[in-house]
Amino acid sequence: MKKHLLLSTILGFALTGAALAEKHPVTGEELAANQAYSYWMLDAIKSIDPHILASVEDSDVARSLFEGLYDEDGDGNLVPAGALENTVSEDLTTYTFKLRPEAKWSNGDPVVAQDYVDGWQRLVDPATASEYAWYMELMQVVNAAEVIAGTKPPAELGVKAIDANTLEVKILAPLPYFTKMLTHPSTFPSNKANEAKFGADWTKPENLVGNGPYLLKEHIPGEKVVMEKSPTYWDAASVIMSPITALTINDENAALVRFQAGELDRTTVPAGQFPRLSAEFPDEAKSTPYSCSYTYIMNLGEGVGNPALKDVRVRKALSYALDRDIVVNNILQGGQRPAYNWTHWALNGFTVPVIDYSTWTQAERDTKAAELLAEAGFTAENPLKLTINYNTSEAHQKIAVAVQQMWKQKLAVELTPQNFEWKVHTDKMKAGDFEMARYAWCGDYNEASTYLDLFTQYSGQNDAKFANDAYDALLKEAKTLADPSPNYTKAEEILAAEMPMIPIYHYAKVDMIKSDIKGLPENNVQQTWYAKDLYRIQK
Amino acid sequence: MLSFIFKRLLVAIPTLLILIMLSFLLMHAAPGGPFTQDRAIPPEILANLNAKYGLDQPLWRQMITYVWGIVAHFDFGPSFIYKDRTVNEIIAQGFPVTLTYGAYAFALAVVAGVSLGVMAAIFHNTWADYLAVGISIGAQVLPNFVMAPILVVVFTLWLGWLPGGGWEGGKWPYVIMPMIALATAYMASIARITRSSMLEVLTSNHIRTARAKGLPTWKVITRHALKPALIPVISYLGPAFVAMITGSVVVDMYFSTGGIGKAFVDAALNRDYAVMMGVTLLVGFLTIVFNLLVDVLYAWIDPKIRY
Amino acid sequence: MALTIVDYQALATRLATLDEVKGRSLWADARVRFMRNKAAVVGVCLLIFVTLYALFGEYLAAWAYEDIDWGIMGKAADMGQPSLANGHYFGVDDLGRDLFARAAQGTRISLIVGLIGALISVVVGTLYGAIAGYVGGRTDLIMMRIVDILLAIPFMFVVILLLVMFGRSLSMLFLGIGLLSWLSMARIVRGQTLTLKGREFIEAARATGVPTFIIITRHIVPNLLGIVAVYATLLIPEMILLESFISFLGLGVQEPLTSLGRLISEGASTINYGTLWQLAFPLFFFIVTMFAFFFVGDGLRDALDPKDR
Repeated sequence: MKKHLLLSTILGFALTGAALAEKHPVTGEELAANQAYSYWMLDAIKSIDPHILASVEDSDVARSLFEGLYDEDGDGNLVPAGALENTVSEDLTTYTFKLRPEAKWSNGDPVVAQDYVDGWQRLVDPATASEYAWYMELMQVVNAAEVIAGTKPPAELGVKAIDANTLEVKILAPLPYFTKMLTHPSTFPSNKANEAKFGADWTKPENLVGNGPYLLKEHIPGEKVVMEKSPTYWDAASVIMSPITALTINDENAALVRFQAGELDRTTVPAGQFPRLSAEFPDEAKSTPYSCSYTYIMNLGEGVGNPALKDVRVRKALSYALDRDIVVNNILQGGQRPAYNWTHWALNGFTVPVIDYSTWTQAERDTKAAELLAEAGFTAENPLKLTINYNTSEAHQKIAVAVQQMWKQKLAVELTPQNFEWKVHTDKMKAGDFEMARYAWCGDYNEASTYLDLFTQYSGQNDAKFANDAYDALLKEAKTLADPSPNYTKAEEILAAEMPMIPIYHYAKVDMIKSDIKGLPENNVQQTWYAKDLYRIQK
Repeated sequence: MLSFIFKRLLVAIPTLLILIMLSFLLMHAAPGGPFTQDRAIPPEILANLNAKYGLDQPLWRQMITYVWGIVAHFDFGPSFIYKDRTVNEIIAQGFPVTLTYGAYAFALAVVAGVSLGVMAAIFHNTWADYLAVGISIGAQVLPNFVMAPILVVVFTLWLGWLPGGGWEGGKWPYVIMPMIALATAYMASIARITRSSMLEVLTSNHIRTARAKGLPTWKVITRHALKPALIPVISYLGPAFVAMITGSVVVDMYFSTGGIGKAFVDAALNRDYAVMMGVTLLVGFLTIVFNLLVDVLYAWIDPKIRY
Repeated sequence: MALTIVDYQALATRLATLDEVKGRSLWADARVRFMRNKAAVVGVCLLIFVTLYALFGEYLAAWAYEDIDWGIMGKAADMGQPSLANGHYFGVDDLGRDLFARAAQGTRISLIVGLIGALISVVVGTLYGAIAGYVGGRTDLIMMRIVDILLAIPFMFVVILLLVMFGRSLSMLFLGIGLLSWLSMARIVRGQTLTLKGREFIEAARATGVPTFIIITRHIVPNLLGIVAVYATLLIPEMILLESFISFLGLGVQEPLTSLGRLISEGASTINYGTLWQLAFPLFFFIVTMFAFFFVGDGLRDALDPKDR
């Protein structure tokens, strides 16, 4: 018996030895024996349920446990996942998806078209009360709005299963980026039987049934989520990394220490630390563009905010005098780019329009700013007094304080930064109770309209209360155009001319990543990543 | 004694009710709600959410439903933010963690604090006394949010002895730093109290008598002086233990232990009404229980006290 | 928060057993004892030093507390170290602001927080306790029951709730802190009032028809000053500690204003990035202030405690 055990141990070693020499099936790189991966999360996972979750961190985990119709590759292009291909009708409003027949749930059931129908209906069902139900409205799926409002039953949503492997979706109007929206977890299928069986407990590790490359092993909120490779996944053969561990660490600096101590493979770089870290660890410090834009919006609403800001000269003066290079090079220092327009520069297929003042030197901008402000009647003797709201965060605070000094020194503007915690800040912004406010927007999908739509009058997020009919018309028209780029350029020009907000910088994702980890996206501005694409090479 | 305990427990009920009402009103008066976001939720969806979580009801009805849920089913409701979890689950997961490192820290604080205090008293006005007093004041004024990063840098990054965070079900390497970070300030207070009361006891008549009989110092201390000297320490322990539980937020943030302190602060900032209520109630209840325990212990150590 | 609940009750009782005539000599005596206590005297000197720095430090600074040194901004680790040459005696923070001026300004805020928090607590607690103790009967019962109930409410949680609710302002901070820490004061004062109540001079005042409120403010409260002074001195460092914790949670004073707690918490977060002076200087003033208050508080207690005679 004992001998037997010994023998099997030796055999086991031999087998692992064989695995050691394994090569990556596509790139041919030699793989390390250790394929465990752990990464940093700021906060605890709020929900794993794809139709309930709302945060980026939730989505990262959900993409490992579940799979939707399409995935994204490292450049942000669509890759067939649950769907093999799709066809679209002549009028561009009916999509038909051919589903992957071999896709399975982790309990062995095949993933069928009806599961997608169930999932999509579940998202909009008022009983689910999903915060992301609007996503289906954004996708323009027929009857989505009515189902959410409760005027039509979920069954009338414009999605149906033609047969087990054919899914048909009807949308209200042509939407050029419709398929790009299908990578979001809100559009994932749903295993109705399992959800019914366990009710609210179905996301517990022991109950969860998923169709993704990983299984949920452990979930301790505030500490960690552990996932292991799923044997039932249709492409299990090419999944290399396992287990995947997401650690919640509320303090970025503590996370960096733990990265340096070898407890993490990926963590974020605290503001201002990138230059030092990239000098010290050139292989590990990485900065890649990330589809979010940072701005100060100004309250243009009637009867609210600061009357001085209703004058476009004042708004322009403030924007010109804000030295973005200092914000980017001296405060953030992480490869972010100064922003003179609203849409993130790295978006797929987007060409940054040439905005007049982006080509000037800062000295020219400052001179122009002083002129404009004087024209508007504000001088050192009669200084402009303003407040800016920002939410609690080291970086926001630094930027606000720096801007205060810039405006004070260049324009004699008396700016009072007001710090509020997040909920209060948001509440004030939504209620129009602010003069200027810090704001940032992250693109929902990889296309410029996700940014530009924000400042239309029909957008629910237009907290600046910017109202410009020509702008709205341009964006409405863009939805139907084969090439909407000219419209986007014109829209950006209107924003620069009217300056309802001061664009400050375009985000970058600044991370420390162990140099032997491969497969993370390098050019995907959405920063959508898939644990199944990762691997660790032998060094 | 029993009737005293009974009476105190009876008072606990209105206390907790007032606590519920107070925190309920405060919470709902705060700007923003659990579903306030920068990406505004359309009104129809907000209505669905409010209906699901009962926020569409008038405030008094919400409060009655809440209290009834606790009394009838011991159900503290669902979390509004951590939607996969109920408040009961969140507390059941976080509270044992906090209680574990809290208890270790408490033990460390008491043992080290009392020893330090006794030593200082025995060697009154010598270098040992000054050292002990210096250490204890130093430990008291060094905030634990300074202590925690120092510990991590030293023990994790430089020495590589201990993991920089996590809990792993409470394995000992994961407990050490939270324990130290949490214990120091309380250790210092205990040392200071012990020292002053010990000094007082040492000058009292029965100790002088014991010394006059020629008993060795350590015997005088352990047999005669320690017990009376500890009485003021004990009255400090109740509030100290509760303060440790609430003070655990720093530990939870730096060491990612997943305890209840962080859960509360998160709940307050996220307007997760149910979790905030649950944790507040729990800590209120603990406060009452520990104050009662201390009073009982007090009576037990000092027979002169009668209730 | 480590509340040092030393046995004030016992001290209060002892102080109350002194009769009026000896009371005068008690103060004179106390001063002598206090001056003999080396630690306490050192504490007073340190407090004077810290206060002077807090009040006038900014006039000595080469930079204003909110001004950014654009040349150094964002290069604190390489160019921001303490230096006499560029006028940053304590170095700069991450934004390139002068830490000498900021620490002075932060010390001032911390001292103000401590003083005002302790003051509110002392005033409210003394009046409340004196009224409850003097009026007695049902009023006393109800008032003390309220204190018992409030004592069971987790202090820190209510502070956080208040700050979240009312947003962040300095006055709110003082008020919230002060209003929540008068409870044990009220209990102590009530106990002492009860013993004072039976004295002849109070009875005489009552017999000649002096109104209740006047008796409380003119005759009871002045006799409580000893214990109140001790309590207040030890309360100040606790207030400062509490403020630092609130700052750590990101709920403290508004930038560009700062406090010692905030500076320390910023310094502690960058402890690993080669900018140790950002922690060291504010921490130095923090610790010195704390030590000083503890020494003075202990000294006062010993000086006013007649038992050691």
